[in-house]
Amino acid sequence: MAKKHLVIDPITRIEGHLRVEAIIDENNVVTDAYTSSTMFRGIEEILKGRDPRDCGLLAMRICGVCTGTHYQRSIEAVEHAFNVTIPKNARLVRNLVQGALYLHDHIVHFYHLHALDWVDITEALKADPKATVKEAHKWAGLSGHQPWNASETVYAEVQQRVTRYVKQGRLGIFGNAYWGSKGFKLTPEQNLIGLSHYLDALEVQRELGKMMAIFGGKNPHPQSFVVGGVTCVQDIKNPARIAEFKQLLKKATKFCKESYLPDVYMAGTMYADEALEGIGGGLGNFMAYGGFRTDDLPMYKGSMLFPSGIVKNKDLSKVFEIDQTKITEDVTHSWYEGKTNLHPYDGETKPNYTGFGKKEDNIAYLDTENKYSWIKSPLYDDERMEVGPLARMIVGVAKGDERITKYVTRFLKQGNLPIKVLFSTVGRTAARAIESEIMADIMMEWCDELASNTANGDLSTWTEFDFDSLSADAQGFGMEEAPRGGLGHWIKIKDGKVANYQAVVPSTWNAAPRDYKGRLGAYESSLIGTKVANPDQPLEILRTVHSFDPCIACAVHIIDTNGKELGVYKVDPIGGTSRA
Amino acid sequence: MIDSAEMVKKVFTQKSGRIETNKGEAFYNTLFNQAKSRLKTLRAQEPLKEIDLIDIIDSEGINRRDFMKWVSATTATLMLPPMFAPLVAEATELMNRVPVIWIELQDCAGNSEALLRSAAPTVDDLLFDVLSLEYQETLQAAAGHDADKQLEEAVEHFKGQYLLFVEGAIPMANNGQFGTIGASGETFHDHLIRMANDSAAVVAVGTCATFGGIPAAAPNPTGAVGVMDLVKGKPIVNIPACPANPANMVGVILHYVLTGQIPELDSLLRPKFAFGYRIHDNCERRAHFDAGEFVEEWGDEGAKNNFCLYKVGCKGPMTFNNCSIVRYNEGTNWPIGVGRGCIGCSEPDFWDKYAYERPMADANIKAPTGGVEKTVDEFGLGLLTATTVGIGVHAIASAVAGKKSDEGEE
Repeated sequence: MAKKHLVIDPITRIEGHLRVEAIIDENNVVTDAYTSSTMFRGIEEILKGRDPRDCGLLAMRICGVCTGTHYQRSIEAVEHAFNVTIPKNARLVRNLVQGALYLHDHIVHFYHLHALDWVDITEALKADPKATVKEAHKWAGLSGHQPWNASETVYAEVQQRVTRYVKQGRLGIFGNAYWGSKGFKLTPEQNLIGLSHYLDALEVQRELGKMMAIFGGKNPHPQSFVVGGVTCVQDIKNPARIAEFKQLLKKATKFCKESYLPDVYMAGTMYADEALEGIGGGLGNFMAYGGFRTDDLPMYKGSMLFPSGIVKNKDLSKVFEIDQTKITEDVTHSWYEGKTNLHPYDGETKPNYTGFGKKEDNIAYLDTENKYSWIKSPLYDDERMEVGPLARMIVGVAKGDERITKYVTRFLKQGNLPIKVLFSTVGRTAARAIESEIMADIMMEWCDELASNTANGDLSTWTEFDFDSLSADAQGFGMEEAPRGGLGHWIKIKDGKVANYQAVVPSTWNAAPRDYKGRLGAYESSLIGTKVANPDQPLEILRTVHSFDPCIACAVHIIDTNGKELGVYKVDPIGGTSRA
Repeated sequence: MIDSAEMVKKVFTQKSGRIETNKGEAFYNTLFNQAKSRLKTLRAQEPLKEIDLIDIIDSEGINRRDFMKWVSATTATLMLPPMFAPLVAEATELMNRVPVIWIELQDCAGNSEALLRSAAPTVDDLLFDVLSLEYQETLQAAAGHDADKQLEEAVEHFKGQYLLFVEGAIPMANNGQFGTIGASGETFHDHLIRMANDSAAVVAVGTCATFGGIPAAAPNPTGAVGVMDLVKGKPIVNIPACPANPANMVGVILHYVLTGQIPELDSLLRPKFAFGYRIHDNCERRAHFDAGEFVEEWGDEGAKNNFCLYKVGCKGPMTFNNCSIVRYNEGTNWPIGVGRGCIGCSEPDFWDKYAYERPMADANIKAPTGGVEKTVDEFGLGLLTATTVGIGVHAIASAVAGKKSDEGEE
């Protein structure tokens, strides 16, 4: 049986360097998949020996896309170690900056990193602008809104602009893509809606960057959080500044409701068959650490916007509570020393690079029998987990969280979709849109809370602590939800310095290679069963991998072995590639 | 929102600024003629995109005035006299004659993200009408083999003409295998050299690409280095900072379009127009430094009154960059604006030397002249070998200094 071995490297439109190798059968269905990150920086090693108060700025640079989320986790880990509770203003500011990051991240992800897996821009040029207006009303109407920017003039202008661009023959960032693939399912009018929103989202994301800069100083890489609180006093005590933030938030909220959600309905409906079949569903185990503190009790003791918990095997009737001591990392298939499962407090990051396996015709194949990625394989109680927006929504619904259940139910009902569509590539993408709406709505409440708190004279932004005594011997963790899922930083402090530091990031959970039992990581598992319309254009593989919003400051590259030559490889069930 | 033209004016009036802002009439006349003939040549060339920015601006009607305002501010940012403004406007139209290839190495994509936040020109203009961005992993549609092909074609097509933007450091330990790319598993090092060989010039964007940045922080587990440590025989421009300010990325391209040359650089290969003066020179909290008014700890009365952040670790006096003028996200804010000191992110080794919450024990801020009266080329050595001067001493001295700032450096 002739199988093909696809190599896709680099996987673009992600943060970082990711490689995917997929084995497809004679029906072009993925039977095996391997994901590998091909870049290592060693930031955990760099953090050792530093002053714990300085770690946040440094740990933030783990990622420039989910920028600021590592910053918060790192600072929280130290605050947890020192048992410091931050003031109300600091909590609200951090929530607002992180909330703006969620909106920014999700919108950029859907439109700029994911949309081109659903939308064929060359088809958009064939659309009739008048019919497109009607189409836009249809999808926006599902959620009871007017459509964003829907007018014949706007659509015709977008077509003109892109036609001029396409006519040049050099397509720049749109060049050499899978345009015309049978894997695209939208009508020309629907493609035009997507393209028009792609352009609008470029502006919206720029404005969302400003929101983060108002309280964070700049974006990417904000700078206003410190152990004990925040520093942006002049921005929180100025009502005009909060008003500016609210103005930008209103615009983003409008975009979410009038463009993002309708577009997800549109894509979800047009790709509903795949969703109902559960294509891209993956592990079926979902874990959320919980996130966004909504009261001022000490860390991990108060209420949260997103509840924590674990749902196994897609069974919503049962939720397990999280115990962070059950988290371990396995490095059997990762380029590190050791094999044993270690808890992050005792985690080691000692590189042991063994390189690729066989090389043929200038293609290097992953040595999948052995080590093949810079990403470790995290386990929870010896089980593999998926984290991310879908996990947050599923855990929220399973736990009966009122707010999340309301938004998820409304979304499914209005779109006339059964809950099982969530367990798929489409569902993962939809969860992100639902969550954006939740976030936009609650951020307005947090803005008002901040404004009234400062108006009442509370300008406190920092909690004092005695560094010298507290840092003699301490340990703590910052575990919360980054846009891409549960993110944890674990720190051990001795004599005022970092003794050990480990971060287990969302993409570690999702993009991990196989574990010591040979069980697949979340990306790998989600690719199994995916049918590729044309193996020379592995669009469907990209779509599923992108649905996780890969963020691999040590990335994964999907490598397709130079075009047609793909076909000449025969592959045994695992590994052992031989020339046909 | 700040008025960037006003902020740039400040640079020219700062007594402590040591950047040469007036090189004499003869110099500027020669440069003017050179730029004019360069633009004429470019205009005669086939555009990479037949899209006329000015047509678009005119057709949208509203933006013309804003565009001219931006042009005059940018002319000043590039340290050129106002007579160059019409040429800068023309150069902006002709930016689409210069292809850009952007590669990512040992990075966090922060600089790609910064490019996405570009405000002037806005990112959609940049992507569609201004830049000819041929390859950019975070944004481009193609992946895998098709992405490789896109890159190879661009290199072939624009041999010797393209600007190579490099984001991220290059790991050199373990034969460079801490970073590989593409189906063949090419190391970042080999990839960089291959791409650089056919470029017109290399622009290292962000502190990782310039000085190694975070992966090169002690103990530098991967042996990370910057572009200038490896690429030889090509003009190199460093645009450090974490991330680099998109205004400076656009500035470097504009300068290249305008003159056909890379801008004048300091000893660290940074364009002087952006890195010729210190954060401290134009800081909005400078008066508090001179008056000896400091934030002593986070959240105190000093913090509530926007006092100087030196004592809580601001490295503005040691850091060369135009953040205090250009700021971030359309001038919305900047780190010192949110009450957190500068971490010196555009300086080499800043993670080990500057990025902490305490003042530098060995910082000797030469207050009697109103600040450190050194250019970057003289500065680093003097600073690090100087004896400690108590902050109280130079705070008082700097208050006096304001009155006798013409007395020279020492």
